[in-house]
Amino acid sequence: MGMTITEKIMAKSSGKDKVSPGESVWLNVDVLMTHDVCGPPMMKIWQNEFGTNAKIWDKDKFVVFPDHYIFTANVHANRNVQILRDFAEKYNLPNYYDVGTERYKGVCHIALAEEGFNIPGTVLFGTDSHTCTSGAFGVFATGVGNTDAAFILGTGKIWEKIPESIKFTFEGKLPDYLTAKDLILQILGDITTDGGTYRALEFDGNAVMALDMNERMTLCNMAIEAGAMNGIIAADETTEAFLNSIGKESQEKFQSDANANYYQKYKYNTAEIEPLVAKPHSPDNRDTVRNMKGEKLTKCYIGSCTGGKINDFVSAAKILIGKEVKVPTFIVPASTNTAKQLEIETYKGISIKEILEGAGCVIAQSSCAACLGGPDDTFGRAVDRDVVISTTNRNFPGRMGSKQSEVYLASPLTVAASAVSGVITDPRDYLV
Amino acid sequence: MEKHITGVAYVLGANIDTDQIIPAENLVYSLSDAEESKKYGHFALSGVPFDKAGLPDGQIPFIDGENTESEFTIIIAGSNFGCGSSREHAPFALEKAGIKAIIAESYARIFYRNAVDGGFVVPLESESRLVSEIRTGDQVELNFEASTLENKRTGKTYSLNSPGTVLPIIEAGGLFNYARNEGMI
Repeated sequence: MGMTITEKIMAKSSGKDKVSPGESVWLNVDVLMTHDVCGPPMMKIWQNEFGTNAKIWDKDKFVVFPDHYIFTANVHANRNVQILRDFAEKYNLPNYYDVGTERYKGVCHIALAEEGFNIPGTVLFGTDSHTCTSGAFGVFATGVGNTDAAFILGTGKIWEKIPESIKFTFEGKLPDYLTAKDLILQILGDITTDGGTYRALEFDGNAVMALDMNERMTLCNMAIEAGAMNGIIAADETTEAFLNSIGKESQEKFQSDANANYYQKYKYNTAEIEPLVAKPHSPDNRDTVRNMKGEKLTKCYIGSCTGGKINDFVSAAKILIGKEVKVPTFIVPASTNTAKQLEIETYKGISIKEILEGAGCVIAQSSCAACLGGPDDTFGRAVDRDVVISTTNRNFPGRMGSKQSEVYLASPLTVAASAVSGVITDPRDYLV
Repeated sequence: MEKHITGVAYVLGANIDTDQIIPAENLVYSLSDAEESKKYGHFALSGVPFDKAGLPDGQIPFIDGENTESEFTIIIAGSNFGCGSSREHAPFALEKAGIKAIIAESYARIFYRNAVDGGFVVPLESESRLVSEIRTGDQVELNFEASTLENKRTGKTYSLNSPGTVLPIIEAGGLFNYARNEGMI
């Protein structure tokens, strides 16, 4: 029996020739990432457990991105960023990206890609559930809590169970009214929020391999919404070209064996998929945009590691160009690099930023912002009985702020079409 | 760890995500400061919609008023408990609120790891669906050795799944204790 990509990377990392699902192994970690919400308690555990002589196993492999609660007056949130800053200074961390400096990057998962930490064939852990985003690069990437991360920080090792894999194959050309977000919402509706628990989601097929790295990240990003340990796409020329553009290269590009064992296999024809939403209050509460057409909205939101990359804003701009939004529409570029790209990338000769602003959208600085609610003064936060359509990743009760609010998850095309009409709208109504 | 845990049950449904366990705006507080960290107990489960708080009837506050500890000490829940974010603040908040054990049909991976590796609360899986068998406020007794849960109100006893390979970590009280016992660190 052959092995999947996930099994091959975990075998290599644990020093074994072969691993099988269900087996527990100790992995050697290549990159550990943390941020301002989980970094401070993680660092405290590391100091307490390893004592005064605590040593970081490998400073070059430890990456710290403040990104969650950044542009807020909340004193406790600001104190957490200060704790990261002090720690980075005390231990002379090479990979700390401080707020208020040229080095500030924004949302960790996108910054990991842009800064070249997603190297195919490696193992990456982060104190954030959306760490699975890095799987787009053929990396075994998964989220852990503070204790596990503190253990990695001191030893470079962590235990993990080898997951069974589920394969999702998308064939066909992706129609212009769909994005990777629709594909992952399709999957979530099919396997539900615990269908991937303790499993790996592997994506392939010509529709997936035709996606750029940003769209591949969207697909892997929401693997956690199915409860999955990781999402993964085999590294190929597209991956290599992205890495080369930032001066990096692959370590080892693994492919799943033809005779690898899968828990389940799903096949899709992209021509049969419609623009989708996840209705309140769960990412697997799937429906077609057409069925929800006309649902009145109070806010639209385009941002986050899931839906705040340059491709997401280009998609939105295709619909927003020359139009005006009918409800407040909040734009949060995931990274500072994305923010710069908004000014450089154009559609029909106009910069994406101009198109968004021209349509009346409000653009904020890069951070996680209202994707996870955050402190009261967070940009775009859902209040009272807000009804929001958003390109973000979760819509559990209270996720974007108010417990009374209702959140629909959708692609940037669907959110843009809905912003223009003020009610949930199929992007096909505007794409002609 | 304790082999017998007796307590009052608080019953929740399926897919209790980490935002319901501890809403994200509270994640700014220190987990190490003795006084400040009590806020996690106070806000534990404050994100659960009120009509689903304390089943079957709901509308039972987990934490009374300004308290930082709950009168309930054992959570009974449906499937996929702790789904959502990786925040270890979630099992931490439940421990702060006085929760000793959780018995759910299944867990999300990161929450389960955090509960076990951090040694905060013991997460156990029920073999059958207990949400319709146990009412919020019932006295229950967890027998860890026999892997059973008894509902004192009805006298019924239910089987629980064995934690399997992570049992040594649970028994050691967390990952660091386990690794020390094993001579790994």
